[in-house]
Amino acid sequence: MIPELGHFALIIGLLLSFALSVLPIAGSYSARPLWMEAGRPLALGVFTFVSIAFACLTIAFVQSDFTVNYVAQNSNSILPVYYKVTAVWGGHEGSILLWLLIQAGWAAAVALFGRQLPPELLARVLSVLGMVLIGFFLFILLTSNPFDRTLPFPPMEGSDLNPLLQDPGMIFHPPLLYMGYVGFSVAFAFAIAALLGGQLDAVWARWARPWTAVAWAFLTLGIALGSWWAYYELGWGGWWFWDPVENASLMPWLVGTALMHSLAVTEKRGLFKSWTILLAIFAFSLSLLGTFLVRSGVITSVHAFATDPLRGSFILAFLAVVVGLSLLLFALRAPSVSARSVFSFRSLETFLLGNNILLILIMAMVLTGTLYPLVADALNLGKISVGAPFFNLFFVPLMVLLCLLLGMGVHANWKDSRWDKLFSAWRLPFLAALVVALVWPLAFDHYHWGAVLGIFVGAWVFCACLADIVAKTRNASSFFAGLKRQRASYYGMHFAHIGLAVAVLGVVLTTVYSVEKDLRMGAGDSYQVAGYDFDFGGVRLAQGPNYRAFEGVLHVSKNGEPVAELYPQKRNYFSGGNTMTEAAIDTGLFRDIYVALGEPLDRSNPSGDWAVRLQYKAFVVWIWLGALLMAIGGGISVADKRYRKAKAARQASLSGNLATA
Amino acid sequence: MSRLKLFFPLIIFVALALLFWRGLFLNPQEMPSALLNKPVPEFSLDKVADNNQVMQKGDLPKGPHLLNVWATWCVACRVEHPYLNALAEEGVPIIGVNLKDDDSAAIKWLDKFHNPYLFSVADRDGRLALDLGVFGAPETFLVDAEGTIRCKHVGVVDAKVWQTKLQPLYEKLKSQHWDAFAGDLSDSLVSRCQ
Repeated sequence: MIPELGHFALIIGLLLSFALSVLPIAGSYSARPLWMEAGRPLALGVFTFVSIAFACLTIAFVQSDFTVNYVAQNSNSILPVYYKVTAVWGGHEGSILLWLLIQAGWAAAVALFGRQLPPELLARVLSVLGMVLIGFFLFILLTSNPFDRTLPFPPMEGSDLNPLLQDPGMIFHPPLLYMGYVGFSVAFAFAIAALLGGQLDAVWARWARPWTAVAWAFLTLGIALGSWWAYYELGWGGWWFWDPVENASLMPWLVGTALMHSLAVTEKRGLFKSWTILLAIFAFSLSLLGTFLVRSGVITSVHAFATDPLRGSFILAFLAVVVGLSLLLFALRAPSVSARSVFSFRSLETFLLGNNILLILIMAMVLTGTLYPLVADALNLGKISVGAPFFNLFFVPLMVLLCLLLGMGVHANWKDSRWDKLFSAWRLPFLAALVVALVWPLAFDHYHWGAVLGIFVGAWVFCACLADIVAKTRNASSFFAGLKRQRASYYGMHFAHIGLAVAVLGVVLTTVYSVEKDLRMGAGDSYQVAGYDFDFGGVRLAQGPNYRAFEGVLHVSKNGEPVAELYPQKRNYFSGGNTMTEAAIDTGLFRDIYVALGEPLDRSNPSGDWAVRLQYKAFVVWIWLGALLMAIGGGISVADKRYRKAKAARQASLSGNLATA
Repeated sequence: MSRLKLFFPLIIFVALALLFWRGLFLNPQEMPSALLNKPVPEFSLDKVADNNQVMQKGDLPKGPHLLNVWATWCVACRVEHPYLNALAEEGVPIIGVNLKDDDSAAIKWLDKFHNPYLFSVADRDGRLALDLGVFGAPETFLVDAEGTIRCKHVGVVDAKVWQTKLQPLYEKLKSQHWDAFAGDLSDSLVSRCQ
């Protein structure tokens, strides 16, 4: 009964989104305020019914209702209850339902917080979101219904959630990622509404900015969490693999980053108008493309099973309609005359243009690397996969360039800057970064010129941001009075940039100074890695709620002082017969100690010698700390007063209108 | 002219979309039928549970048999396994191709769930599976006495699949040569094997 209720709620939601996609926008063209007003309750209604459907599926999971096919495939009666709940989005159908829930949630948020928007703009934005919602409703109802039953012969037991996904990191990773992907649909809806209305001025950019920043912050967190999860769960200590699924999330992030910068130019200076619209369309298109690549199985290797041409065809058709129509609209409506306003070569505009070009180049490179296997296959050049060397070859130099430009750009002014002022602003951070870069590698066991270069890049961004904060507060009565005067968006910007610097330093130091040893260890053996002594206490048996494990015992000490006790596991889940490696990590601000248990050298004698991998990962946490700072920066910038000021101003003008009426 | 410039993104997208469209139908699903009525590819692989013994195509049974691609990481294989045990009980010879798997896991699996295979070969890098046109596990091939693939099934073999798709051909192949009856086979029986 409950699954049928969920199915029914989805159908009602679909009908409501049909109304949402037609009524408000029609009202905006025929000047019918009532029709336009219908947009807000309709958006809230869609969200309500998707929530009901989502709750129904969750109940089916918690009750282990194996008559529901999706539950039988992704759950198991001995699964702990928190994993039963997260198993809701552990498979294809459920993750599409989660996507739909978040999509409807964003539309409802626009309806709730967008009251101060011009009514025509709000009506069109909500209708565009309604059209996107229809696509996802149809996708789920026609090709991926999570409520399908296995009747009349339901299985006695479910086949279990993939053990890789039985992990706290996986609870939050997909929702955060989808918040980001789907959040870009709001910027997209604003861009389309602006194109439809023909008002491509600074107004739409101002309204789209906070929504874009929030979506971007979520996507940043989602990507970072995914990378962290891969680091501790996959068991070999890598944190980025240039895997198509990762690339699919990185591409919208890169374009979203470019979009945030370009929106700033459009809002403040009225420039890059068409370009910004195009970026807004791209950011959401790439989110959809990512879904297509991941869900259709076009890119996955020959041995991945879940390929379903029907789903792939549907997403491709959806993609073609959404992106094709948007780009057609863009071609027909975007202003073709370049803006009259001029800016010099030394202006902030130039630096932001450079930022946009570099980010789009990086995105194009990632897209090429991701699609090349498909292109090669389509042109009969054979089955090829593109690996990390290709990506690193392009990604690293372009990122270095981007960071150098960033440190220079934060000191530039709009329209024009003077060379002497720029140079004097650059001098101090340049020297400081140079000193840091030359000195820091001395703290490690070997000097490495690649590390010097990498540290310089990170330190340069960091010092340039600090120098700018100092310069901005110089004229205030005190440093803190100066700090108080700055806006939230200013701090948001610096938080995000310093976050980038921290992440760059983490990447560089981890890459250069990590040590990895694969060893054969028996009880009582001892080994030294990067100054840490590892004493192996042998392997014992451990028991979890739904698995049994071999558990290694390692005492880690440095100069005789105990540092940590680590218990890496080799788990055997009862349901799948799968073996999983569970690494043990001692995390610190400056280093991680990472231990993973391999296989017993003699399989019949698990109490004998084992293959053990010991790793010292320098500064690896900084990668995710940096991402966290970036996301916090995005959050802070939304708190800026002027977004609220606009609301107050509009309310004032409204009450003024009422007074005169 | 400047208006035309704005069409570039659309044109690029259309080109990409066409590529994706082609990509969808290039799906590995297309590959398998290529091997129908072709000989099993040559191979030389370690026997699971006994790495000192190398098995080759010549070691395949001298009568009609099943070639089953399986792996311990494959959930569907776990579902299929009891039925394979039942078939083996009935005397159907089954050869296993253990795909991209961990040997120790495979041995544990066979100990725990019973071994229906005359033997399994360890296809660690997936080379034989690639030659066979396999795009996932489980997959099952019906091979005749000459080592020619006569039917294939993608996904779990259960009672229904066996009785309607594989068994009719298997029984015929046991008593007659393929060429003797191939012409008389009802179309539906052959088309099901694609």
